[in-house]
Amino acid sequence: MGKTLLQKVWDAHAVRILPTGQTQLFIGLHLIHEVTTPQAFDALRARGWKVSRPDRTFGTVDHIVPTRERNRPFLDLLAEDMITALEKNCHDFGIRLAGLGDDRQGIVHVIGPELGLTQPGMTIACGDSHTSTHGAFGAVAFGIGTSQVRDVLASQCLAIEPLKVRRIKVDGVLPRGVYAKDVILAIIQKLGVGGGVGYAYEYAGSAIDRMSMDERMTICNMSIEGGARVGYVNPDQTTFDYLKGRPFAPEGEAFERAKAWWASMASDADARYDDEVVIRAEELTPLVTWGVNPGQSIGVGGRIPSVDASLPDQQAVADALAYMGLEGGKPIAGMRVDVAFIGSCTNSRLSDLREAARIVKGRHVAPHVKGLVVPGSVAVKRAAEREGLDEIFRTAGFEWRDAGCSMCLGMNPDKLVGDQVCATSSNRNFKGRQGSPTGRTLLMSPAMVAAAAVAGEVVDVRELSAEVAAGAI
Amino acid sequence: MDALRITHVEGTALPMRGEDVDTDRIMPARFLRAVTFEGLEQHVFEDERSGSVAGDRAKEQHPFDNPQYAGASILLVNRNFGCGSSREHAPQGLRRWGIRAVVGESFSEIFFGNSVMIGLPCVTVSPDELHELMERVEERPSAVLRIDLTAGTCEIDGFTCAIGLPAAARDALVTGAWDTTGLLLARYEEVNAVAATLPYVAGF
Ligand code: SF4
Repeated sequence: MGKTLLQKVWDAHAVRILPTGQTQLFIGLHLIHEVTTPQAFDALRARGWKVSRPDRTFGTVDHIVPTRERNRPFLDLLAEDMITALEKNCHDFGIRLAGLGDDRQGIVHVIGPELGLTQPGMTIACGDSHTSTHGAFGAVAFGIGTSQVRDVLASQCLAIEPLKVRRIKVDGVLPRGVYAKDVILAIIQKLGVGGGVGYAYEYAGSAIDRMSMDERMTICNMSIEGGARVGYVNPDQTTFDYLKGRPFAPEGEAFERAKAWWASMASDADARYDDEVVIRAEELTPLVTWGVNPGQSIGVGGRIPSVDASLPDQQAVADALAYMGLEGGKPIAGMRVDVAFIGSCTNSRLSDLREAARIVKGRHVAPHVKGLVVPGSVAVKRAAEREGLDEIFRTAGFEWRDAGCSMCLGMNPDKLVGDQVCATSSNRNFKGRQGSPTGRTLLMSPAMVAAAAVAGEVVDVRELSAEVAAGAI
Repeated sequence: MDALRITHVEGTALPMRGEDVDTDRIMPARFLRAVTFEGLEQHVFEDERSGSVAGDRAKEQHPFDNPQYAGASILLVNRNFGCGSSREHAPQGLRRWGIRAVVGESFSEIFFGNSVMIGLPCVTVSPDELHELMERVEERPSAVLRIDLTAGTCEIDGFTCAIGLPAAARDALVTGAWDTTGLLLARYEEVNAVAATLPYVAGF
């Protein structure tokens, strides 16, 4: 009987079974940022502990950093405190930091892969739930809380329960205008926001096999929104090609040896899964969320659900409709948007920006819409500027910002105001998520956000892009 | 570790109805803007308690503000509680507010793990039993709920039901080993031995 990648990685990293029955798992890469670490470093100081493996730890700043006017000290004094604390902690404990002003700075889940820190077969931990992103490389990557950050800093290990594996096969060819974002939104819609609890999601099938690393990262990123702590794709030639030449990737003959080991960690053909789900790519459409969790989505051509007394859980539907100010039974297309946000660790990579730029080129954002493009990293920003994407966005009326999490969670000045409606390429539409307690969030692909920005309302990107270049999405 | 042992929790309860309560609701992101967890209790469910959130429920009094439940130390919740962001600020805020245990239909994994690591047990009961518990508490808010982690039961006013708690978490709580760092450091040479077998650690 073969093994899954999860089992192989688990076995390779298991130190021992703890008296609690949990596995003590060695963590190959610990990524840290300013928001979830200060209390963990304080705990280390209080107990006189060192960081166990600073060489396997890497820091950056993303959550709270301003995306413009970055001169120090920041106008936002709390942000200044948090960044200063991380700088001091990294300095005191000997940890590498891609801080502000560093060419490598960016959203932690964008820079890990970009720098080649993220590699197949590794265990990765970070105090952020979207750490599942790194699974796109065939790593087993856990989002953790601050007490666990303390554990990993002090011991380079996590105490953790084993996971089951559900294979999700996406077979076939995605229709025009349907993106990786739509695939993962469809998976969450089908399996539910709690459907993945206790599972790692292994994404497979011909549609996933054909995807670029950027697309695979979008899918793995939102595993957590389906309740799965871990999501991964088996490493293949696409993975190896991406990694070659990255700053922290092995070089020369070492790269060849690495490739052989990475390939050996992929799930065996006869591996056994605890569950299996098949999705037909041809049946997918561009999706938009109408509610307050990422599972509450419909096709852009669909109608907003009404409260149906014959079905369970209708209080949640009623609540969501009330919060969103929506009426059941109406089409979602045509819903007015006030803000369009292209960014976040889900969709702020170069390919996302290219696709959005293609839609807005030669057009202008609607007069009542505030458009914001926030590249995921300094490197993405520079690469986009080399291609002139910044000019396309600026000419179309978007603001072009510096790298960070920005309006994904509204911890910096980029926030919704009042009950604004935001079309966003990020990953969470929870109540208040984007910084205003009454702000309303519609999740969709970056191309759909671009289309909504131009139209001033939710529209089907396939109609707009058909005008741009017939059949060329 | 004796001082850390949590074998039972006893107190009045606070029912909070609703599925998929996410950590952005429990602790909105702007309150993560600090380098300590101190004072987080002031911000638990702040946005919905202030009445500023639109939606039907907001018109009712929030359970955390209901004087009937003042001083409650056990939180009763429905399905998939604590989903979303991994912020430990959510359980930290609840604990500092005075919550000592959470009883629910199910919990998000990260929230569950974060809670255990700060000594806040999250135990499950069936949807029917939860309904019963909530009704009883709503009827008589002064009733004392007793959770016995060792026996695996929870009891209120003569109504008893079995609680679910994974063995690892239960053992950690009842033996006081929920503060895991010491445990992980105990046999550190074994960690180095495993690291030495991983080709990427040596650079291939
Ligand atoms: S972009 Fe959003 S989801 Fe991603 S790490 Fe930042 S805050 Fe978290």
